[in-house]
Amino acid sequence: MTPSAITSYRTPTARGYYGEFGGAFVPEMLFPNVEELRTQYEEILASESFRTEYEQLLRDYVGRPTPLFEAQRLSEKYNTRVFLKREDLCHTGAHKINNTVGQILLAQRLGKTRIIAETGAGQHGVATATVCALMGLPCVVYMGSVDIERQAPNVARMRLLGAEVRTATSGSQTLKDATNEAIRDWLANPLDTHYIIGSVVGPHPYPDLVARLQSVISEEMRKQLLEKTGSELPDYVVACVGGGSNAAGAFYHFLDEPSVQLVAVEAAGHGIHSGHSAATSVLGTPGIIHGSRTLLMQDADGQITEPYSISAGLDYPGIGPLHAWLGTTGRARFIAITDDEALAGVSECARLEGIIPALETAHALAALGQLGAGPDDVVVVNLSGRGDKDLETYMKNFDKLV
Amino acid sequence: MNRIQTAFEQKQNLLNIYFTAGYPALTDTMPMAQALVAAGADMLEIGMPFSDPMADGPVIQHSSTLALANGMNMRTLFGQLGPLRAALPDTPVLLMGYLNPVLQFGMENFCREAAAAGVDGVILPDLPVAEYEEEYAATFRRHGLRPVFLITPQTSEARIRHLDSISEAFLYLVSGPGITGNVGPADTTVQDDYFRRIEAMGLKTPRLIGFGIADKASYQRACAHADGAIIGSALIQALEGAPDAPAAAAAFVASIKN
Repeated sequence: MTPSAITSYRTPTARGYYGEFGGAFVPEMLFPNVEELRTQYEEILASESFRTEYEQLLRDYVGRPTPLFEAQRLSEKYNTRVFLKREDLCHTGAHKINNTVGQILLAQRLGKTRIIAETGAGQHGVATATVCALMGLPCVVYMGSVDIERQAPNVARMRLLGAEVRTATSGSQTLKDATNEAIRDWLANPLDTHYIIGSVVGPHPYPDLVARLQSVISEEMRKQLLEKTGSELPDYVVACVGGGSNAAGAFYHFLDEPSVQLVAVEAAGHGIHSGHSAATSVLGTPGIIHGSRTLLMQDADGQITEPYSISAGLDYPGIGPLHAWLGTTGRARFIAITDDEALAGVSECARLEGIIPALETAHALAALGQLGAGPDDVVVVNLSGRGDKDLETYMKNFDKLV
Repeated sequence: MNRIQTAFEQKQNLLNIYFTAGYPALTDTMPMAQALVAAGADMLEIGMPFSDPMADGPVIQHSSTLALANGMNMRTLFGQLGPLRAALPDTPVLLMGYLNPVLQFGMENFCREAAAAGVDGVILPDLPVAEYEEEYAATFRRHGLRPVFLITPQTSEARIRHLDSISEAFLYLVSGPGITGNVGPADTTVQDDYFRRIEAMGLKTPRLIGFGIADKASYQRACAHADGAIIGSALIQALEGAPDAPAAAAAFVASIKN
């Protein structure tokens, strides 16, 4: 499809395609589960009972709407108007809970009694464990053994919340492998279990489902921008992308507003071509991962390669099919930020604005200098999560922070 | 008539053995195949190793990881399959694997090379049936390759009838929920009901039961409800630490068949 022929970037086709990306490449064992979800999610999400309960929980439990904060000192430094969408102030410290609140309400309406999830940085695991505690449902979270070590505080949180954290020991022992293990669990428990995927990845309808549940971020941004700037539309929206759920939520209500530049920031790790990177839009080629056709990092034989980033939330070898489409059509611009640049972004935000961001989020902040935004431009950075979980990494790299 | 159909016509209680190409050693594909067939395997399902085999348990994933580390890839495998076909002219050979490596090789190239190497059928669990019919059925047909579709306890009757109508090989009955390498349930009532339900449908396509078939008893129980069984993980497990992998594979098959 040529960009000029695209009428909306927001909605995939009935079979879950965004251009050439998406679909549902699942084994027959998962077909009934995915089909059940596909045939029911739109109706459930549109139902009044769902809307009422979802909105109430977002307000009273998550703490929405999150503030849109005009960051004066960052604005001064970059000579443009920088706003921070404070998803870090959500209950559990990141945007992830917008999705888990919605999906647990969906799971209840599908009659499911057990919840599973995968997690990388642990934020999605914590957000899933949290809503499971709230609703009294048993919860199993799969997490790579490497991530269990580097995100220890989130592992402790999940356990405190009553979730069982299971170690994924295969492959690179990070997010990709945790996702494999969660899919295997779902294969083994097709009737009673709902799989709460944490990003806009996986088989259709997950990318669309998660994008819709995160779209509250950009819905609020439009109202808040109108109040603060006189226009609902900013010039730039900037968000980090691993799988891409916070970016999908931040972009969603601007996807069909061509004047708004969408900027997706990936993890370059030690450098895009260093061999230790997670910059999927550059290094990836079309392929199938976790049930979705998208851009992914693989070798010439189609074996999925191990991504690297200092951030446990960005080292996923693929990106959501929506983002693959936004990237290949040119609707979104992709920027890659190295570990060191991200660490510099952490200290800059901490010292200029008094906000310690998550490592993932710091990649988006570090892209501010590369946007080319002018003094009158309005730039919204989605501050997707807070940095408490990363304190140990920050302390280890203190020389790079200062 | 293809080799798969001939096998079902001539034999009962077929034993289809899965093994991972390039495991335990890169050049084991041929000696493994010969040993398995000599010991009584009726059909071979050769695994094309993949980094992220989502329907497989730890045993097959581990063998795939080692096979990849040994240097196995599609090109090498096709090079091994030609001589294998020459040595075993009548044994049905299927390739089992995941869609991504096949797509990177190119579906057209894959089908052409597989057919040239004497492959009869292909099992790609993560290739959805609708996607197969729309995108790849014509390519498969042109090269004379037969796809094998999976059925699970949750597959609807209408879907099973449809799969039956488009199959020219066999239907792969997944014995229960889960991944490869799980042991079957202690209480087999539910499973037997499922097997009987499919049996009673009067399908035209032969059926092999797989997942959780690990020994003589589970093989025989599968044979009571279908045309045979598929064993994979238990065979791979029997190779672990064996000084002579083909000999261990032969001994394993003998323990099932004799």
